[in-house]
Amino acid sequence: MTGPEISLIVSVFLACAVEAVEAFTIVLAVGSTRHWSSALLGVGAAVLVLAVLVGALGPALTRLPIDVLRVAVGGLLLVFGLQWLGKAILRAAGAKALHDELAAFADEREAAAEAPAEEGVDRYAFAISFKAVLLEGLEVAFIVLTFGANQHRVPLAATAAAVAVAVVIAAGIAARAPLARVPENPMKFAVGVLITTFGVFWGAEGAGATWPGGEAALAPLALAILAASLLMVRDLRGPGMRGAGEVAA
Amino acid sequence: MIARLGRGVLEFVVGDDWRVAAAVVVALLATAGLAGLGLAAWWLLPLATVAILHFAIRGAVSTTRPR
Repeated sequence: MTGPEISLIVSVFLACAVEAVEAFTIVLAVGSTRHWSSALLGVGAAVLVLAVLVGALGPALTRLPIDVLRVAVGGLLLVFGLQWLGKAILRAAGAKALHDELAAFADEREAAAEAPAEEGVDRYAFAISFKAVLLEGLEVAFIVLTFGANQHRVPLAATAAAVAVAVVIAAGIAARAPLARVPENPMKFAVGVLITTFGVFWGAEGAGATWPGGEAALAPLALAILAASLLMVRDLRGPGMRGAGEVAA
Repeated sequence: MIARLGRGVLEFVVGDDWRVAAAVVVALLATAGLAGLGLAAWWLLPLATVAILHFAIRGAVSTTRPR
């Protein structure tokens, strides 16, 4: 297995696990408060939409000329990676609140309990579960498609995503509670560094640049982006930034 | 409906700060320009990326600072 393939698996697995934890919290809150069958129906419908999206767009993307694909995918990954990394840096520095699964679970349960009850299929439970899985899953589908298409390994990326979901579901069933102890921000930090690294690498290659050492440049590039990100965290924690407010979610 | 879908996709990809996306496009174009001139261009995008990240974070934090 090559370095880029391992990076693909790690990136997709971590990104999918983080998003699955967040979606699991919402589905657990709605299912346990309202109606499990309706909530699971919503999950199934969203997974179907995501599978169709990946199944339809994956082969179409791999047919694009390699330079066009690399510059487009590189640019998109870079924009996307900078968003993930920026938020993870702000959270690591304490400038943005960490995602609190227990608070999210309590909020969802409260909202679910207030909505009017329904007979048969509970539209509230269906809609909230569908929306949660679709919205969290879209980010993963985007990563699966971009990473997978560029390496012509969409099935490998999709498998990594499926394994991550299975692991989160198994952990959730075992815990019978929101997975509040999952280190979400370090995982998002790692995904942000990896996505940004590949965005830079493929974007520059697609734009016509040649990397010294070819794919061997990926590791030092990732380390440089990680080092710069950690310096930004340290800088934000420094005395000059104390007293700054918290960035909104 | 198609316009709403397009807007949703754009918001999803561009995210909270459109300037980050614009800066990435400019950096890619500059890389292509250097490569087109036959010059070494690989160094430009990593430097631009770190600069974009730095300014995006500073911008996010400065908007919350008490005056």
